[in-house]
Amino acid sequence: MATKKRKKTARKAVKVKRERKRKETKIKERVVELKKREINILEHELVPKHEICSEEEVNELLKRYNISKEQLPKILLTDPVVKALGAKPGDVIKIIRNSKISGKSIYYRVVVEK
Amino acid sequence: MILIRLEQKQIIGIKFNIMSPETIRKMAVVKIVTPETYDEDGYPVDGGLMDRRLGTVTPGLRCKTCGGKFGECPGHFGVIELARPVIHIGYAKYIAKILKVICRNCSRVRLTKEERSKFLERLKKYKGSILLFEIFDEIIKTVKDRKTCPHCNAVQYEIKFENPYNYVEINPEEQDKRKRERKLTPIDIRERLEKIPDDDLIFLGLDENNRPEWMVLTALPVPPVTVRPSIILETGERSEDDLTHKLVDIVRINKKLMDALEAGAPQPIIEDLWDLLQYHVATYINNEISGMPPAKHRSGRPLKTLAQRLKGKEGRFRGNLSGKRVNYSARTVISPDPNLSLNEVGVPLEVAKELTVPVRVTMFNKEFLKQLIRNGPHKYPGANYIERPDGVRINLARVKNLDEVADKLDIGWVVHRHLMDGDIVLFNRQPSLHRMSMMAHIVKVLPGRTFRLNLTVCPPYNADFDGDEMNLHVPQTEEARAEARILMLVQTQILSPRFGGPIIGCIHDHISGSYLLTKRGTKISREELIDLLYIAGILEDVYNKLGDKKEFTGKEVFSLFLPDDINIKFKSKLCKSYGCEKCLEENCPHDAFVVIRNGKLIRGVIDEKAIGAFAGEVVDIIAKKHGLEAARKFLDSYTKFIIAFLMRRGFTTGIDDEDLPQEAIERIEEVLQESIKKVKEVIKMYEEGLLEPLPGRSLEETLEMKIMQILSEARDTSGRIANEYLEKQRKENHARIMAITGARGSLLNITQMAACLGQQSVRGERVKRGFINRVLSHFKKGDLGAKARGFVASSYKKGLHPVEYFFHAAGGREGLVDTAIRTSQSGYMQRRLINALQDLKVEYDGTVRDARGVIVQFKYGDDGIDPSRSDWGKTLDVKKIIEGIIGEKRER
Repeated sequence: MATKKRKKTARKAVKVKRERKRKETKIKERVVELKKREINILEHELVPKHEICSEEEVNELLKRYNISKEQLPKILLTDPVVKALGAKPGDVIKIIRNSKISGKSIYYRVVVEK
Repeated sequence: MILIRLEQKQIIGIKFNIMSPETIRKMAVVKIVTPETYDEDGYPVDGGLMDRRLGTVTPGLRCKTCGGKFGECPGHFGVIELARPVIHIGYAKYIAKILKVICRNCSRVRLTKEERSKFLERLKKYKGSILLFEIFDEIIKTVKDRKTCPHCNAVQYEIKFENPYNYVEINPEEQDKRKRERKLTPIDIRERLEKIPDDDLIFLGLDENNRPEWMVLTALPVPPVTVRPSIILETGERSEDDLTHKLVDIVRINKKLMDALEAGAPQPIIEDLWDLLQYHVATYINNEISGMPPAKHRSGRPLKTLAQRLKGKEGRFRGNLSGKRVNYSARTVISPDPNLSLNEVGVPLEVAKELTVPVRVTMFNKEFLKQLIRNGPHKYPGANYIERPDGVRINLARVKNLDEVADKLDIGWVVHRHLMDGDIVLFNRQPSLHRMSMMAHIVKVLPGRTFRLNLTVCPPYNADFDGDEMNLHVPQTEEARAEARILMLVQTQILSPRFGGPIIGCIHDHISGSYLLTKRGTKISREELIDLLYIAGILEDVYNKLGDKKEFTGKEVFSLFLPDDINIKFKSKLCKSYGCEKCLEENCPHDAFVVIRNGKLIRGVIDEKAIGAFAGEVVDIIAKKHGLEAARKFLDSYTKFIIAFLMRRGFTTGIDDEDLPQEAIERIEEVLQESIKKVKEVIKMYEEGLLEPLPGRSLEETLEMKIMQILSEARDTSGRIANEYLEKQRKENHARIMAITGARGSLLNITQMAACLGQQSVRGERVKRGFINRVLSHFKKGDLGAKARGFVASSYKKGLHPVEYFFHAAGGREGLVDTAIRTSQSGYMQRRLINALQDLKVEYDGTVRDARGVIVQFKYGDDGIDPSRSDWGKTLDVKKIIEGIIGEKRER
């Protein structure tokens, strides 16, 4: 008898699952819709502010740290942010993050092909 | 004066190439032709593997090639001319790759013209980059399925590579299955590789200095005897190196094959010999090839051949180059000595007589050093060696008349004298997980055979005295000693870089003692206090603080050790064991809120939070305000004092610390029975199908979770009951004091001893495996009840039922296995981290860069703060600073 009842509850569980699945598919459809609309990732709140440095800015940066461009941290050309900014290889990108430690932190990366 | 101009050159890089047979032959001084090594008289055979021209390893004999003595002659290579070519096992896979890319007829890389120029451009662009490998893979991909050669239109066969060194060509057009596959011999392969034009090599990652046919060996270099010295056993027998054994095998088979070829032996015989030669050459290079039996020594031990010499932890790189065995070091068991300063280490006299410090003779120390020489190596303090300015070493153990040598001593000589009090040494305990695992100590030579250390340095080393051993190293140069003293001395490591607090502090009895001293009601008479202070080695400055009081409270006594300008407030460790709803702070009924004002302990008890290692607020503030020297002095004198205090008072724990009144035992029993009943009810609900599954869980998982919850609650409640009664006891309970002050153990430990052991688990679940549907045959099949799945209702004191004991053992074993696995796993993880981060460095401009100067962080840690100088990780703790200045916390 006990097993019968268990089966019943199990059936119920399956029903609930199906219901949930249907709802999920709806969500999926919506995601696809949003994708079609092309979100600008630069505006997303979890993406820190990225900007391409001007030439003077780059020269000043390299002079300040007494380094060549190769000694900067890299970022791939295929990186979504780089694509969104339309940066070219050799461009330096300035990333301004909000940091728990220091309030605002600035990071530079040079765009590389691979 | 003759000026020697040294030409200075800088190494820009090292290039590795494949060695060509010509080079092998050119650098050889002798052709090895015979497998015999020595003749009947024991002389090396000419043209044998121990040929005298290969160098010398016997003292007294001269090398026949260069005339150098043992130690001068670096050894010279020989060569074995192989009767038939064999594959170099290290290149076997590479050869397969090449064969798959080139044409079987014209040996050109099967790329079309357009593809060639396209790839050429990319290859040039990424020259020297690791991305090249990606391009090679791409080349293979484009060419792999090409059925004909774009250059000569020849039909291509598929090449199949079979481990370890067989290559089979499959003709897809051949219908006869037996004829379809043809094994390629090294000769075939070499022929094809030879035909590859130089222009095509770039597509294979090679160039004309690295011809692919050199991957098939025709001549084998024979390393000099200095690389494979033979050992003469005590029995007078000669034992050859593994490499020599292997080479003998190669020469023997090579000779056999050569004879067979000359005699025109039948093909199968030649092929067998050829295969054997291939096997020997392959295992000579690497004896751990998968899919091949390793070549073995007569005793059955696998031979250590070339690759094995280099590979792994004990290999040349990790074992001899990255790290090596050193002199001027000692290792022995450690034991505690509370009378030493935390900066000191007790060194056994026997060790001190063996380890030496080089001291240059000057006009100031000449007489002193002369006396040391007169004492010689056996009388402490003496000296073991002296070094003359011309570099000649005199071993004093061999000198008959020490006085004579002492008289000759002059300025400029170097005396290697025994280790003495005040010398600086490095002290280390493995595993060396952080920089505090190796600290500099000041030597104190003591009788006995163990290294002695102060108890407060146990936490950074993670040492105890259950048989731990530690290493000691004596720095040999003035720079090393200065560096050790300034950067590595124990006191400089009090504040940990891991978190901005002290890693060195009081432990165990220091904490129990502090609690007993500073709790309400402790009084010490003036006489007793002076007595204790004397033991602690402090008198004058503290004595002046005493005034003319006749009796002191414990809090007043503790204050004697504090500088006058300490102002701090914090919750003590004690606070955690009373879960008060609202903190009354300074009016804490349990005296668990510490207030120190102007160096006086006003309220609160001193426990782990105040002075403990990893936590001590008081140690922290002294170190930060008054410097490390002051912190060291505080710890030295205070620990000595508190141990003396505790010793007079007496402190012990025994089984009676777990005694509970009958009432408590009954209440605990009741709680446990109640919980077991509750579990039964839940199981009944489950069986009747009334149990609702929790979201995301199956019915069974829900049941297990519910049961676990009930049972852990049961243990907690029983523990709380036990603690309640222990607290109420009139007599103070030392086990409980240790737990609540953080000296040792936890309340859970006491719960398990006095009240209830609780649920035993394996893999985070209740014990469930064993017999079919039950853990032990003592239960019914399918019994899900508390007791049947490892709930132990007994306590250690009461004793375990045999069945409970079984469950306890099952849970305990998992713990042991886990620790064993965790250490090895975290060790490997640490190794990988170290390899990745080893040359990162904070530069003077605050950036973090690697060895190439590539920036990793523009500001170290985003704020440029050295964590060991921070306030528990925070740059500034404004509240604490204000507290420190005005001595009063601002009202919120």
